[in-house]
Amino acid sequence: MAETKKIDVRGFICENYTPYDGDESFLAPATEATKKLWDMLSADMVEEKARGGVYDVDEKTISTIAAHDVGYIDKNLEKIVGLQTDRALKRAIMPFGGIRMVNTSLAAYNRELDPQVQNVFKYRKTHNDGVFDVYTDDMKAARHTGIITGLPDAYGRGRIIGDYRRVPLYGVDYLIEQKKEAKKALENRTMSEEIIRDREEISEQIRALDELKCMAEKYGFDISKPATDTKEAIQWLYFAYLGAVKEQNGAAMSIGRISTFLDIYATKDLEDGKYTESEIQEMVDHFVMKLRIVRFLRTPAYDELFSGDPTWITESIGGMCEDGRHMVTKMSFRFLHTLINLGPAPEPNMTVLWSINLPDNFKHYCARISAKTSAVQYENDDLMREKFGDDYGIACCVSAMRIGKQMQFFGARANLAKALLYAINGGKDERYGTQIAPKSELPQGEYLDYEDVYKRFVQICDWLARLYVNTLSVIHYMHDKYCYEKLEMALHDEEVLRTCAGGIAGLSVVADSLSAIKYAKVKPIRNEDGIAVDFEIEGDFPKFGNNDERADNLAVGVVKMFMEKLASQQTYRNSLPTMSILTITSNVVYGKKTGTTPDGRKAGEPFAPGANPMHGRDANGCVASMMSVAKLPYADSEDGISYTFSIIPSALGKTVEEQEDNLISLLDGYFVEKGHHINVNVLDRETLYDAMEHPEKYPQLTIRVSGYAVNFVKLSREQQLDVISRTFHDRF
Amino acid sequence: MKKITGYMHQRETFGAVDGPGVRYVLFLQGCPLHCLYCHNPETLSVRGGTAITVEDALADILRYKSFIKDGGVTISGGEPLLQPDFTLALIEACKNEGLHTAVDTSGFALPNVYEKIADAADLILLDIKAMDAELCRKITGHSNMRALAMLDYCEKTGKPVWIRHVVVPQLTLDDALLTELAEHIKHYSCIECVELLPFHKLGEHKWEKDKYTLFNTPEPTAQEMARVKRIFTNRGLKVR
Repeated sequence: MAETKKIDVRGFICENYTPYDGDESFLAPATEATKKLWDMLSADMVEEKARGGVYDVDEKTISTIAAHDVGYIDKNLEKIVGLQTDRALKRAIMPFGGIRMVNTSLAAYNRELDPQVQNVFKYRKTHNDGVFDVYTDDMKAARHTGIITGLPDAYGRGRIIGDYRRVPLYGVDYLIEQKKEAKKALENRTMSEEIIRDREEISEQIRALDELKCMAEKYGFDISKPATDTKEAIQWLYFAYLGAVKEQNGAAMSIGRISTFLDIYATKDLEDGKYTESEIQEMVDHFVMKLRIVRFLRTPAYDELFSGDPTWITESIGGMCEDGRHMVTKMSFRFLHTLINLGPAPEPNMTVLWSINLPDNFKHYCARISAKTSAVQYENDDLMREKFGDDYGIACCVSAMRIGKQMQFFGARANLAKALLYAINGGKDERYGTQIAPKSELPQGEYLDYEDVYKRFVQICDWLARLYVNTLSVIHYMHDKYCYEKLEMALHDEEVLRTCAGGIAGLSVVADSLSAIKYAKVKPIRNEDGIAVDFEIEGDFPKFGNNDERADNLAVGVVKMFMEKLASQQTYRNSLPTMSILTITSNVVYGKKTGTTPDGRKAGEPFAPGANPMHGRDANGCVASMMSVAKLPYADSEDGISYTFSIIPSALGKTVEEQEDNLISLLDGYFVEKGHHINVNVLDRETLYDAMEHPEKYPQLTIRVSGYAVNFVKLSREQQLDVISRTFHDRF
Repeated sequence: MKKITGYMHQRETFGAVDGPGVRYVLFLQGCPLHCLYCHNPETLSVRGGTAITVEDALADILRYKSFIKDGGVTISGGEPLLQPDFTLALIEACKNEGLHTAVDTSGFALPNVYEKIADAADLILLDIKAMDAELCRKITGHSNMRALAMLDYCEKTGKPVWIRHVVVPQLTLDDALLTELAEHIKHYSCIECVELLPFHKLGEHKWEKDKYTLFNTPEPTAQEMARVKRIFTNRGLKVR
């Protein structure tokens, strides 16, 4: 289809896509084959759960793009083929991120690594080994106390989106040719470290593309040339993605922005009478089914942080084109429709790029699907388009990036609530009692003084930001060296913008704590070592989440301050520092690792997820909460600001139609007010309690927490209770 | 201009069940009725509440304009007709900003009060506690004459009304009484719909133990509510 010489997927889309203003009445139901396949997989997933979360592991084969034999669910029924290993749900080992993680994971499921593989890694170093060769004592200490957590130092960093569309659009041969040319362009240059690295990386990329062709060939497909119809386009694209998840156990393996791209093929085939709507939906259903069974082998500790086997196969749907047209197509509907044809599921992570100018029919369809499945998240296209153009995708939960032109060095997050406690405790950790940050005198006086505490907090953040970015530099240097994403990067331009994506946790705890110190009187109760183990609060104080400037400005100030600290650091590969306010489900674990805070939160109690206000502290209703969150400056947290909103259906409106209309009003309002991201759950609290007691009744119950969707029954009991207590709006 | 001050109990920035669309709901403090089943007993007393001027109330409402532009503002209580000057001024201020206004009331006020409010607001949510005068007295401490008179006034002036009625087992959940109500209101062309509100127990913890008499009253079942609904729909009334 593409005849342009340079790689320009965006140009192809803009020239050829057909905006769709109609409603969902054209959609086709699941075919018999789809139902059969999904029943088979559903049964396998029940068995997977019964086996403790892992169906099976291939512990003999080091996973590479083409290492495994072909696998099918039922070859005769599948319209789109390809599995990570030779059987659905069987997990592969990907030791280049860290052999230790593979061993620990296998041990947790009573398996053992094949001795031959073990032997290989006597001689072959991994990313994890490299990182620990360089980690300083400070870094290890910060990691141990949890002031910096979730670091991708033992597994794949993820958050890189290959432009998988390039494979169907250009065919692999053309991509290889382009890479060879790019490599050639780096001849006759001074062989600086950069040039050497670039040439080595491009060579790796070319190798990956060759392997990708091999893998497809095993399944009987020649993907060296461009795809010629819808079925091939989906299949080629899926092979490209499959190659990536065979090669990398990345923390988030997002798929980009593929639906409107694929619609171009579907529109043509429908016009030509080549395929019917039902056949096209069937291909989409089978493709999405494959995405739903992507699995990685991970440790129970990882699961404690991010339950439910998340893979963050985020697909960005809709949005506006820079020429003023919306980018909703029939394929946008078809992708969301998989939530009906196959039932709700957390993956792929359906993300609607919302604009006030999206067509009404599509807005209504989204609201309907949200109310039915709670499996959709929304992000502000009008906000992101300004910065990222009209061909960006979301990596993981909230991280926008131009597809094929930008990647990030994922940095998890720093625990700012703990940082505040370090400021109050002279740099000592409140749980371990050890000196972690530089020692300082304890604040004087019976009550905490706001100016004094804030000054100390800023000093701690100075120290923390430096340590944090240094740690990330070590991690990403080693990841590039030992676990380079050769296929994903083969599907990028050679010149990419790299960001160094920091993050913060505990923002609302910090804002409320500062507010308590400023507007009420807070007396620290110190133990014999001088550590504040509790706080007596006299009087009331404004809290974040009530659209009250006094508290909200404190939150905004902290965001700006910490971003400024990150921005002033020297980063690896000259990456551009950014920041997110996102915790996913790790707000529970962060809370567990953090002592009592001056806002009245007791030691061990969870933080609010992402940028959410602390639960139970909003007195003016959810729109006031949204307004508070919307004030957080996107310019200072360009890697995303996550907000989770849960509501019981009866509080959203009396009839289904009213619920849809009101949900649209909320989304329009929130995004007009410059909110960045919102998870929408429309669920009865009773349903969730019942699901806790009878998980077998709710295998597909999906809820959204801070940027991703998860099977509710796969959460730990602690996380389940947290979800129920923390994010609900159920007044009346 | 004279500053008019009202006394509010609370604001809810996301009201989805007190009038059409997403609404800012301002709950005023103080109510002349003392309904047995009141779920906001803390709003009953005319003492207390937070003083707020019309200007400040409007300024706060306007902060949420992006959300409520297709919905509007509902003044509820307590009883808004107990603070007529404030309610009236706030309605007018909101209308000047292009916002739809609704008043959630029991209609228990003098004619010169409810007439002015009904004239000003876009929609009246009128809670008729009971058709039977005695029962109404038992539930609220007062008769239902004023509520019915306000309804007549709305009919005369063509003001849209949503009738609200709380369905309480052993009290108002009685087919004969409900039929009487439906028969009475079915003739009013100003009534756009009827909202049947099932009695619930979420507010009972806010009562002083010795003042609340419905601890043993159950919530109506879904079947009972469906039956009640039919009494109204069978008479051509739209039930929300």
